[in-house]
Amino acid sequence: MSAPELYGLLLTGGRSRRMQRDKASLDYAGKSQLARAMELLTPLVARCFVSIRSDQLHDPYRAAYDTIADIKPDLGPIGGIHAALHTYPERAWLILACDLPFLDRATLQHLIAHRASERMATAFRSSSDGLPEPLCAIFEPRSRQIIEQALLQGQQCPRSLLSRCDVELLQLPNPRALDNVNTGEEYAAAQAALAAAAAAPAPNDSGGVLRLNVRYFAVLREQAGRSAEQLETHASTPRELYEELRRRRGLTLAPEFLRVAVNDEFGDWRAPLADGDTVVFLPPVAGG
Amino acid sequence: MNRFSLHDTLLQPELLRAELQDPTCGGYAAFEGWVRDHNDGRTVLRLEYEAFGPLAVREGERILTEARQRFGVARARCAHRVGPLAIGDLAVWVAVSAAHRGEAFDACRYIIDEVKHRVPIWKKEYYLDGDSGWVNCERCAVAPSQPHRAHGSGQGRA
Repeated sequence: MSAPELYGLLLTGGRSRRMQRDKASLDYAGKSQLARAMELLTPLVARCFVSIRSDQLHDPYRAAYDTIADIKPDLGPIGGIHAALHTYPERAWLILACDLPFLDRATLQHLIAHRASERMATAFRSSSDGLPEPLCAIFEPRSRQIIEQALLQGQQCPRSLLSRCDVELLQLPNPRALDNVNTGEEYAAAQAALAAAAAAPAPNDSGGVLRLNVRYFAVLREQAGRSAEQLETHASTPRELYEELRRRRGLTLAPEFLRVAVNDEFGDWRAPLADGDTVVFLPPVAGG
Repeated sequence: MNRFSLHDTLLQPELLRAELQDPTCGGYAAFEGWVRDHNDGRTVLRLEYEAFGPLAVREGERILTEARQRFGVARARCAHRVGPLAIGDLAVWVAVSAAHRGEAFDACRYIIDEVKHRVPIWKKEYYLDGDSGWVNCERCAVAPSQPHRAHGSGQGRA
């Protein structure tokens, strides 16, 4: 069977009782958590929605996005998931809580890449207690019946809901990615951590030396006269590394014709490299 | 089901085909890419494929997943050769099974087109005149007429 198309849903209908402030509007480095989460999620899914309570219909922050309002009031996160699966029953849903300031694109990409559409859901195992994390997870259309049953039985805990589903459980690649923020103190700590990360110099800014692995393929392998090497370099990005290798190894290809891969995935020419990375410069391909 | 694989031995379509069988499917479409004896007006004697294995498989499987989602086909499979190949050899094999023929044809076409453009596999052709070349790479050099330092950033060089 083909996998149902994936839509995204950001849950923002919570009452934020412990925080006593709307978690969606919390500010991190000048941007609301609502905007940050939607920026992360939107490029990864076919369509993206904000899940709201019916009394939030006219909230200007939320109204900037496509919204899905809860059908039954006060059911918590399950109510939002239920409304989404009810409105678009043929779609799978990537569900995200609105209190995950450390969530990164790589974590969401990992979830999507390892999605098991033949099961009811795909979720991460919590790095703190090993249980499935329901609020950064993919729910397939076939999970709808279980959710409706849970609601009929007055069951509102998303964790116990997930434990009743047939779930594909994944290891979290970044153990902090799903740390959530429930209190004022946690918010202050998260703000400080994110500000420090933003202010920190790029890994090799200080003129440090990186040990990198380079692999060569096809025409570049022939020009370099080797298929791999380990080197120490002051280059801090793939762009700088390629300039250095062009001189050192006599490579003739202009970088605008190449793509770069870092650690077996397509990468960005300007993204900082880290010690131990494996870099591959990809000449124009010609398969088939 | 979707799977992309690389092979350094002959592809066996009759074995691969069995993976596409599905009771929900009434349509099956396959494409075979063969090694041709000429390219760009030159006589080709043989060729070699080289792949960046881990990323080739990953990108290939992304393409198959896209094809299944876009066209709603049930199963999609692609197998690609690496290593030396002779004229007439089967270089790439794509197949799709679906409820109906229309989406099977469309998905099959989509997969082979995307594979050619996105999967890190390279082809070296050996010509009758003794020359050889990497396809799509021959015009990618920095223009030789320009002095090399024109591209440098003014740093000293080793």
